[in-house]
Amino acid sequence: MTQNLSIQNITAHYGSTKVLENLSLEIAEGELVSLLGASGCGKTTTLRLVAGFLEPTSGTIELGGKDLTRLPAHQRNIGLVFQNYALFPHLSVAENVAFGLKQRGISGDAKTKRVTAMLERVGLDHLATRLPGALSGGQKQRVALARALVIEPPLLMFDEPLSNLDAKLRVDMRVEIRKLQQANGTTSVYVTHDQEEAFSISDRVAIMHAGRVMQLDTPEVLYQRPANAFVARFVGFENLIPMSVTARDGAIVTAQMTGGAKLTLSQDDFGPIPDSFILACRADGLAVTDTAGTDGIPTMLGLRTYLGRAYQYQCETAAGPLIANGPLTRPLETGATAKLVPVPEQCTILAPEPAA
Amino acid sequence: MTTKLHPALIAFTALVFVFLIGPLIIVVGAALSDTTYLTFPPQGLSLRWFENIFAISAFRRTILTSLQIAFLSTFIALLIGIPAAYALNRYRIQLPGWLSTLFVLPILVPELVLGFSLLKNVAVQFNAPIYLSLVVGHSLLVLPYVVRVISASLASFDFSIEEAAISLGSPPLKTFFTILLPNVRSGVIAAFILSFITSINDVSISIFLTGPGISTLPIQILAHMEQFFDPTVASVSVLLMALTVAVMAIVERTLGLTFLAK
Repeated sequence: MTQNLSIQNITAHYGSTKVLENLSLEIAEGELVSLLGASGCGKTTTLRLVAGFLEPTSGTIELGGKDLTRLPAHQRNIGLVFQNYALFPHLSVAENVAFGLKQRGISGDAKTKRVTAMLERVGLDHLATRLPGALSGGQKQRVALARALVIEPPLLMFDEPLSNLDAKLRVDMRVEIRKLQQANGTTSVYVTHDQEEAFSISDRVAIMHAGRVMQLDTPEVLYQRPANAFVARFVGFENLIPMSVTARDGAIVTAQMTGGAKLTLSQDDFGPIPDSFILACRADGLAVTDTAGTDGIPTMLGLRTYLGRAYQYQCETAAGPLIANGPLTRPLETGATAKLVPVPEQCTILAPEPAA
Repeated sequence: MTTKLHPALIAFTALVFVFLIGPLIIVVGAALSDTTYLTFPPQGLSLRWFENIFAISAFRRTILTSLQIAFLSTFIALLIGIPAAYALNRYRIQLPGWLSTLFVLPILVPELVLGFSLLKNVAVQFNAPIYLSLVVGHSLLVLPYVVRVISASLASFDFSIEEAAISLGSPPLKTFFTILLPNVRSGVIAAFILSFITSINDVSISIFLTGPGISTLPIQILAHMEQFFDPTVASVSVLLMALTVAVMAIVERTLGLTFLAK
């Protein structure tokens, strides 16, 4: 029994501070969507709004077509997993897991059976009588997960569930969370500031900034084809070069960058190019070459570092510093002049950033 | 492993213990004396001064009154203080800072001032019954202790635990009783004991609010001392001590969790 979550035009305030602005999100049945962003971007606020701990100023939240916006939190039937586990310290592991069932009037054998089955699934059946204080961080998070899953909620929400665990355990746990989520097919919202974590377990990721969703897409698309400059920087595009078109000849476009250097780009390779745009790429997207006569961005090479698969250069150009990779077969010296050639498959054309 | 202690440290520690326990031993000794005047060490051994307490009806009455007032005012203070402490901690960010200071104000104001003010503005102004004035005065007196002690144990309480319970379907009020209270149990017990003892030992407020026919034990002790200098005062004090210890033991053993969590 899983349902789709629909958040429509939510605006929310803390006092007079606007923390979410006209936010909309559609999450399909059985899908895991991460809300990813730095602290203060509104991801936790979004989760708390859906959970019912905050009320939006305007907008609606629907789960399986049912309007939740004004429903008290305890009637929403949403499983929550908290960053600090939030286990009940005075109740045993089994009692913690049974808590939600008790609220639903499930008792006796039916309750015991479900609790035992759930504890077995998370591998904690041997710790059923322990108090939370006697558990390790990973075990606590498993109990929290079991407690949220046992009520078979139509929606599961995770609030930075792994950030209190060490690196190795974090990776193990996220695999486990994903497996459980997929096995149950439960619609899930996963809040995190860890990009790798979000990309590795999500069907789709919403990258958030200043109370808005900057882009919502699959990890693959976000990583390779960010839709705007913010997302591009967020996923690690080191080079964002503002350019403007000076001439067009069929598919061939000549564009100029700050400092005057010109590039000839083919729309057959790069896709449609507007008059004003940003050429965005990672270091791999700019090939360093010293072959004479090549069309590219003139540069003086700075520090060279060895990456194993390539050399990386800190490049000085008239448009500012850029980072580019060059082949291992031909190391170039610091201070040498070279050209930087955009690699079409590795580059994305973005709309210029609105003036700040 | 044995730690070598400096002789001066041992002597100092012993001195502190003498100061702490000495007066208690003297009072117990004096209470057991067979003489008709207060003396230590006791001359002869007798329980007759304990019997004397119950022979004097004023003592019987005031012991009962003091117990009632202590229980009632502690109960009222818990009823007000626990929700107040909860609100002060739960909504700390949203609430103005001076609000929590307001709740400890009765401790900061000299008790004599508080007593006089209550006499003038409550007892006399509204012509309130003495018993009621005492309960109100003592509730006010012990409220700051309740708020302080409960706040201290709530300070380490993670309120996301409460949210977890609510998300699992437990209504907020029920969550307060089944999740929050059991986790501040030791704070509630400490607040109870502290309030009870503060109330039962109070002189400064009671002296203004007691009146014809109704008095508390400490006030009765004072009144008795003005007329007689016999060991009854010492034996009453021993009784008060025993009572305090008994209350602490009973609360810890029986009430504790079950009483508050139901």
